[in-house]
Amino acid sequence: MSEISEMKVSKIRDGTVIDHVPAGRALDVLRLLNLTGKEGFIISLVMNVPSKKFGKKDIVKVEGLELEAKQVNKLALIAPTATINIIRNYEVVDKKRVKLPDRIIGILQCQNPNCITRKEREPVIPNFIVISMKPLIIQCEYCGRLMNESEVIKQLIR
Amino acid sequence: MMKNWLNRDVISILDFEKDELEYLFSLTDKIIERNMSIGKPLDGKIIATAFFEPSTRTRLSFETAAHKLGASVITLEPSISSLAKGESFADTMRMLDNYADLIVMRSPLEGAAKLAAEICEHPIINGGDGTQHHPTQAMIDIYTIKKLKNRINGLSIGVLGDLRYGRAATSFMYGLSIFGVKEIWLIAPKELMPRDDVLLTLKRFNTELHYAENINDVISNLDVLYVTRIQKERFPDPIEYERVKGTYQINLQLLSKAKESLIVMHPLPRVDEISYDVDTTKYAAYFKEASYAVPLRMALLMLILGAER
Repeated sequence: MSEISEMKVSKIRDGTVIDHVPAGRALDVLRLLNLTGKEGFIISLVMNVPSKKFGKKDIVKVEGLELEAKQVNKLALIAPTATINIIRNYEVVDKKRVKLPDRIIGILQCQNPNCITRKEREPVIPNFIVISMKPLIIQCEYCGRLMNESEVIKQLIR
Repeated sequence: MMKNWLNRDVISILDFEKDELEYLFSLTDKIIERNMSIGKPLDGKIIATAFFEPSTRTRLSFETAAHKLGASVITLEPSISSLAKGESFADTMRMLDNYADLIVMRSPLEGAAKLAAEICEHPIINGGDGTQHHPTQAMIDIYTIKKLKNRINGLSIGVLGDLRYGRAATSFMYGLSIFGVKEIWLIAPKELMPRDDVLLTLKRFNTELHYAENINDVISNLDVLYVTRIQKERFPDPIEYERVKGTYQINLQLLSKAKESLIVMHPLPRVDEISYDVDTTKYAAYFKEASYAVPLRMALLMLILGAER
């Protein structure tokens, strides 16, 4: 983490730091993690801080919560460059990049209005198979329709 | 092999291997040889048909097949059932699952059959889900080619019409790919060429696709021509529909350029895409194709319900 961002948000003792989030997407990251602020964790975010690698980036810090791979991997949909740092007693004890899972369950809505997953009262959760990571292509398990990266982003970024 | 078929759902033809389909075809052969009189192996079984979209051939041929095998048939009439009161599809299917040993269904929604298979304990046969799959029609179509041509691989096969929204054409192309057909000619106006997801699936089988907008350009190459209807409602502009309509009509003039051995197939119903004077020519295979519906669906019901002898 750069010095500038250090100055803006202090170090956390225990918890998770999500670094290298594409600039402007920190709020979408929180939303995707279902973190509303009502959980009681101290959450700090900085947006648009200078980054050597990306020009600008966002950082999200969640104190007192160690996010598991299963929870954070879906971030690969909107923040494929993100790194996850697990902090214990001010030290980084684990650092990994987000990795897109083979399946995306829930989260996204199928684009096909005629897909069974779009019918409100039917007990079915959207389920997509990742066909390709780069470029991102996912396929609805129910209707077979494909979705590309920009269509995914459009749904997840507000 | 029988074990593979027992209690199996039939959602997409892609769920099946070539040898499983060959096994179904060999049982169909036996049923035809015995003139469809094979006793009552499904005596005591109940088959439900639930068609949430109009159907003539698929529903009636399944019901005929069930009756011929000694099963009883119950039929859901969506317009007069509790669906009309607003019951969900899932609840309706759960109820039918309590009554029947097997459910044949059709829905205007893509993925409905898959959802039904997830929530029902008894096997589901997809009689068409929206624009996606029509697996049993494809089984009949592939069987027809095998019967009339003695092979599938190595033939030059054209698929004409609505390849974008037509589920029968899509499932047919998938079926050909399972049987290792190397090349398929896609004959359709640009706006009705197959969707990306269909092309992706065909590509996975290494099926080589050739595109043609005009049937006249390719008719002389073909051993099999599979015709589907181009629906007017698919075109936002009626003038565009009028323009393409005539281009895809199969008539004697077109067939004068075809190979002597060409067969013309159609899942039916047809409207005007094949002119009536083709019916009595050696090319017409569509009525023969339709005649295989009952014996093949008999074989399918027997395999899934474990009544094969």
